Amino acid sequence: MIKRWIARIMAPLDPSLLGLILSLMALGLAVLYSASGRDMMTVIGQARSMMIALLGMCVLAHIPPQYLMRLAAPAYLFGLLMLIGVALFGEVSHGARRWLHLGPVRIQPSEFMKLALPIALAAWFQYREESLNFRDFLVALLLFIIPVGLIAKQPDLGTALLIASSGCFALFLAGLSWRVIALAVVSGAAALPVAWTFLHDYQRQRVLTLINPASDPLGAGYHIIQSTISVGSGGVFGKGWLSGTQAHLDFLPEPTTDFIFAVFCEEFGLLGELILLALLVSLVIRGLRIAGHASSVFNRLAAGAICLTLFTYTFVNMGMVAGILPVVGVPLPFISYGGTSLITLMLGQGILMSIRYHRTIVKR
Amino acid sequence: MNSRSRVYDQALSLHAYRNRLQIATFAIFLGCGLLFLRFFWLQIFQYEHYRTLAEANRITISPVVPSRGIIMDREGRPLANNYSAYTLEIMPYQVDDLDETIDALSKIVDITPRDRRRFHKLYDESRNFDSLPIRNRLSEVEVAKFAVNRYRFPGVEIRARLFRNYPEGLTASHLIGYIGRINDNDISKLDDAGLLPNYRGSEHLGKVGIEQSYERELHGLTGSEQLETDAGGRAVHSLARKEPVSGNDLTLSIDLGLQQVAENAFGNRRGALVAIEPSTGEVLAFVSQPGFDPNLFVDGIDQANWENLNQSIDKPLNNRASRGLYPPGSTIKPFMALAGLQTKHRTPESVIQDPGYFAFPGSSHRYRDWKPEGHGTVDLHRSIVQSCDTYYYTLANELGIDVMHDYLAQFGFGEKTGIDLEGELPGVLPSRAWKKTRFHQEWFGGETVISGIGQGYNQMTPLQMAGAVAALANGGKFYQPHIVKSIRESATGNRRDIKPVLVRDAGLREEDFNAVRDAMVDVLLPGGTAAQAGAGTPYKFAGKTGTAQVVAIKQNEKYVESRVKERNRDHAWFVGFAPADAPRIALAVLVENGGHGGTSAAPIARQVVDYWLLGKKANSPASDLEADTPPAKPGTTKPSDENEEHHND
Repeated sequence: MIKRWIARIMAPLDPSLLGLILSLMALGLAVLYSASGRDMMTVIGQARSMMIALLGMCVLAHIPPQYLMRLAAPAYLFGLLMLIGVALFGEVSHGARRWLHLGPVRIQPSEFMKLALPIALAAWFQYREESLNFRDFLVALLLFIIPVGLIAKQPDLGTALLIASSGCFALFLAGLSWRVIALAVVSGAAALPVAWTFLHDYQRQRVLTLINPASDPLGAGYHIIQSTISVGSGGVFGKGWLSGTQAHLDFLPEPTTDFIFAVFCEEFGLLGELILLALLVSLVIRGLRIAGHASSVFNRLAAGAICLTLFTYTFVNMGMVAGILPVVGVPLPFISYGGTSLITLMLGQGILMSIRYHRTIVKR
Repeated sequence: MNSRSRVYDQALSLHAYRNRLQIATFAIFLGCGLLFLRFFWLQIFQYEHYRTLAEANRITISPVVPSRGIIMDREGRPLANNYSAYTLEIMPYQVDDLDETIDALSKIVDITPRDRRRFHKLYDESRNFDSLPIRNRLSEVEVAKFAVNRYRFPGVEIRARLFRNYPEGLTASHLIGYIGRINDNDISKLDDAGLLPNYRGSEHLGKVGIEQSYERELHGLTGSEQLETDAGGRAVHSLARKEPVSGNDLTLSIDLGLQQVAENAFGNRRGALVAIEPSTGEVLAFVSQPGFDPNLFVDGIDQANWENLNQSIDKPLNNRASRGLYPPGSTIKPFMALAGLQTKHRTPESVIQDPGYFAFPGSSHRYRDWKPEGHGTVDLHRSIVQSCDTYYYTLANELGIDVMHDYLAQFGFGEKTGIDLEGELPGVLPSRAWKKTRFHQEWFGGETVISGIGQGYNQMTPLQMAGAVAALANGGKFYQPHIVKSIRESATGNRRDIKPVLVRDAGLREEDFNAVRDAMVDVLLPGGTAAQAGAGTPYKFAGKTGTAQVVAIKQNEKYVESRVKERNRDHAWFVGFAPADAPRIALAVLVENGGHGGTSAAPIARQVVDYWLLGKKANSPASDLEADTPPAKPGTTKPSDENEEHHND
């Protein structure tokens, strides 16, 4: 009886995805233990977030994609309303308005939008499937430019760019013509100098600092310098778990969140990085396979955008730690400390699993 | 659109989609390759380099705080400068038991309970890696004593630090302001402005006055030093150093001598004075009395001094010049007169009959003139020289409040002057629209009438009055008042002059201007309201007196009656400029509870103008009128109750 129950619960969970996720989580906890300075409380807290995230993934995996699709528009509108709410009444912390108080709950609507936007775009293209034309792409562009603009205004440029990229992935996968893509890339490059004038001073500083970290050794440049030292001193095999010096001597900023990968590099070296990258890329590739075999436009686009966004996070975080991308607050998937982003991430994985599982049941 | 493209070809679409997925997959591997190359470069090729860095990452980068810019008066006399002294500092994160360490230290150098309290306060407020001073200004002997015992105190060090000093003490304290310890609030503001990295290592920033408004100029650029440290965190030697760039030096347009003359002229009366050069907007003197000693704030003010300053009935921390709001009273009349002339409601020759009051037709309510029997036949000239109220009741009634508002606004009333100090108040220049927004009420005709003599809702700062009278002296050209005359960039040694900013031009017609100016000159001649103060000037002095009624004061019964009465007296105003035909100085003087403007405010103005136009020697006729009394010391002011409030708050 219980066995049957468990079997039913486990049925939609893709074994390879689940295996990869669990390995990544285990690795994440191990690194976190070291990065937090052997703080068991932090590790237990993160493990609890992981449990909740796994539960959330499980629930979504059971919901057939066509129901998810129906939720897309309301979820998107809800996210948009919350973002407007943040712009009007949000709590200001460190000069940015990112949090919204709803009674006792404090939420970060931009986090919610990370998932709601690709789903909404996928649903839109599904809805227009029969008569897709260029105007539909323009509408889709509008759908993602509004939330991205609101988030950039908070200001949270990192998240805004990441959400924008998830929107771009959906457009790309939906078949936006190469001519338009080329045009967008060219005009985007041309608009860069204009965008520069809209950036906050500290955001400009981050970009400038990336080009020459030595120009600002006390501010943002300090982060880049210290994190590069961590990575470089790791060598091929690393200094060994719990033996990194950079993190433990407090040279690294945010060693448990945005810069946890620097701790990882220092302790596990190039080999460790290859393994971690392999795990993450396998997860992405597995997801893309699911996307490739998905049964409807919604499923394909949602799955594709979720996977590509996951890779973008990985790439941006690692690039930042390695000193080739500006310092933007992006966590490393499954490894960085923090519950909210983990849950969003895992809900995405749940959707992937649901798409895979229900494909075999609802045949077209 | 042809039918073929309308038909959705699923196979074709799926093919295109898979094609795109392949491209994405390719991009992913490309990205991984890029990351791999970077890691390969860092961890294989550069491994030795970074390993060395990490090993010695006891190489710490520590900030080198720049020395703060100096503030000088227009002649280069220092108003704020720095001096170097030794401090004894503790790095709390390297010390196990703070109290024990401090106890041990106190056997070597003097450590007072106050030092301890201050240290603990700093410790509670400080950021992670601070080294915190337990004692400032060590003597040579103390430095030597500690050096001998240094081995016993890991985490305790002697440092040479720069201290801020205000050599003139109480003089111009509201203007210069002071620096104070950086607190959490400051940190979040600096963070928002993206300035926090430049403040690593800085402990102070400007809190009030020029020190605050020119913080960015004064602070300078923090340098950095790569230090090799031993296991205890002590610097062993310096590897590389990026020199800090000192803050920029400020030269103010204030003249220290003039400022002192003005402050002394107040004696121990409360009030404010602002003197401006009309043709440029340069502020020559900026007085708010009583003042305070800014030196008290530099290292964190102690409780006793703070209470003294904060609770004094004289409110020495109040910047009366730019934040004190007072009804302008009769000093509004020259501006009203111009409004009448420019709008053609009056000519210099037109007269009214003053029976001693103004009343609306059919109403028994009388708006009284200060002279009960009335001034009789009054033209514009007499209306100013004798300060006739009825003339302006009538004029205001004819103009209407909105015309008055729009005209007077050209002189800067009702909005901030834009002076380079923070916290200036805009005051109130009433209009129908203003009352609607402020009180949600309609405007009454009677309110127009009393606005005509500067009463009612009108509230102005002495700074605004000075700005307005400077604009008047200038034929209607309003230059933005400013205090900093030039900035010397320490990075380049270049001097940047602050250019006068013409804000607006009321465009006075010459004959109108002459009529008002001539009347204002006669105010200081026999028969005028300030004749006494104007006696014997070798230059032409144009001015106008005023009194501002002190209405309802919330008074605490504890006060002795004589004191209460003093505080209930009218505020005295004087505005003026000189020489009348080529003005070099325009000023506004307010004496709180001074009584009549002609007898208490005008003599102060006279002393200031004498000093400015005639030089130091010719300070004689005015000093007969007002005895010089030393300025009040903050420590000696009587403590008082917080409930006491001036109506001008």
